[in-house]
Amino acid sequence: MPQADYIHPPVNPETKEFWDAAKDHKFLVPRCPDTGKHLWFPRRVSPFTGKTNVEYVPGKGTGVVYTYSVMRRTASPYCIAYVTLDEGPTIMTNIVNVDYDAVKIGMKVKVTFKDLNDEAALPLFEPA
Amino acid sequence: MDIRGKSCIAGIYEHPTRKAPDRSLAQLHAEVAAGALADAGLSFSDVDSFYCAGDAPGLGGMSMAEYMGLKLRHIDTTETGGSSYVIHVNHAAAMIAAGKTDVALITLAGRPRSEGMATGTAPRIYDANAPDVGFEAPYGPTVVNMYAMAAMRHMHEFGTTSEQLAWIKVAASTHAQYNEHAMLRDVVTVEDVVNSPMISDPLHRLDCCVISDGGGAIVMTTPEIAKSLGRPIVKYLGGGETIKHLDAGNVDLTYTGARHSGAAAFEESGVKHADIKYASIYDSFTITVLETIEDLGFCEKGQGGKFVSDGNLISGVGKLPFNTDGGGLCNNHPANRGGMTKVLEAVRQVRGEAHPKVQVPNCNIALAHGTGGSIGTRMGSATVIIGQEDA
Repeated sequence: MPQADYIHPPVNPETKEFWDAAKDHKFLVPRCPDTGKHLWFPRRVSPFTGKTNVEYVPGKGTGVVYTYSVMRRTASPYCIAYVTLDEGPTIMTNIVNVDYDAVKIGMKVKVTFKDLNDEAALPLFEPA
Repeated sequence: MDIRGKSCIAGIYEHPTRKAPDRSLAQLHAEVAAGALADAGLSFSDVDSFYCAGDAPGLGGMSMAEYMGLKLRHIDTTETGGSSYVIHVNHAAAMIAAGKTDVALITLAGRPRSEGMATGTAPRIYDANAPDVGFEAPYGPTVVNMYAMAAMRHMHEFGTTSEQLAWIKVAASTHAQYNEHAMLRDVVTVEDVVNSPMISDPLHRLDCCVISDGGGAIVMTTPEIAKSLGRPIVKYLGGGETIKHLDAGNVDLTYTGARHSGAAAFEESGVKHADIKYASIYDSFTITVLETIEDLGFCEKGQGGKFVSDGNLISGVGKLPFNTDGGGLCNNHPANRGGMTKVLEAVRQVRGEAHPKVQVPNCNIALAHGTGGSIGTRMGSATVIIGQEDA
């Protein structure tokens, strides 16, 4: 289960920059330079313009819980959530370092990183 | 091109099995195909187009076409998960109207129960090349918790309650008691549902559909051939389909693709909501039904909880009889894909061949809706409206 044994994200040429930054505990957010709009999930081709020019820019790493659910039917319960970043996009994540019964929609959260091994780290969110 | 009334559903079959350790996947596909063709009064040699999705073994439809000895002039293996077969009905209707096929066969089968699949609660990478997977799979998305997040947000925005969701299961179980093949035939109460174990907040065990082996098939044909076969005529009146997704992060889990597929189906068919006597609504979870009913326009967005309460979905009691076979919640969800059985029960209703205890009187027009993928991320939504000969 995520808290104990995370599935490692597959890395590909399109997402390597994002995951390399994550390894250094830096949270990047994709942005379409022509429209100035941030987007999610990371990709190089802008869905707004069709151009291969999406850039990954430093994110604030802050947002609010849009929705969540605590998976109970597992050896190690965990909280999956969508968080709306201050930049705009809503992203899937886990809420950690929290009493699950205290998680609420609208709760302010900030990014934290879980080192999976020397090669990968995963952005997660905790109460701000 | 107007395709309204230019094709008919001539044969249907639902495999009676709910656990099939003694059958192969290919065999299940072939058995349901033969069953639907026999229902129509046709055989493998009459089929000239084949529709299947990712549950069919082999590459696309090739292996099953070979197994059944089909001689084809049209093929469509559109894959949108559990809604695929509703989309196939729409596509077959267009192709029959265009003269590209005369007898279309659609099949679904699977055996997740025999294979011991933890369908709803185990995270899995379905395709490492899917662009979303690295940004979702590590967080443990499962079938249940993704739908649960939609329910949680719907409750937050509209005040929907677990008790209201429970009414959907109560209605399904009320119908399932009459279906001798249903996996769950005990009638349950609202209290039974909300007191069942929490799987992933706010969805309880009884908010979730069954896991079953089995399958089903549909045969579609021209109105002329249908009339020659002597079975009750079930006309295709209209349909719609879409893919709804996370829209680059512009996420709204309180509605589904039914908003678009339903509107298209009503427009193409010329049918009004008040004309729908029966609706098969995809019921992977109770929340799937509630959001879909709103999105199809049977009530205002946010009013679904009130609409489904107090037996409003129960045949003979409420205004919108739904899933009179017991649905995926109680009867059958073969291959973890419920779109096929949604169409099958709608056809039974229009034919007047549903169980007498749940048959809707004068059911001249019915709707079937499929939801594939997940309302928590990306989904294929499809709606079909069918009717009797004079509809």
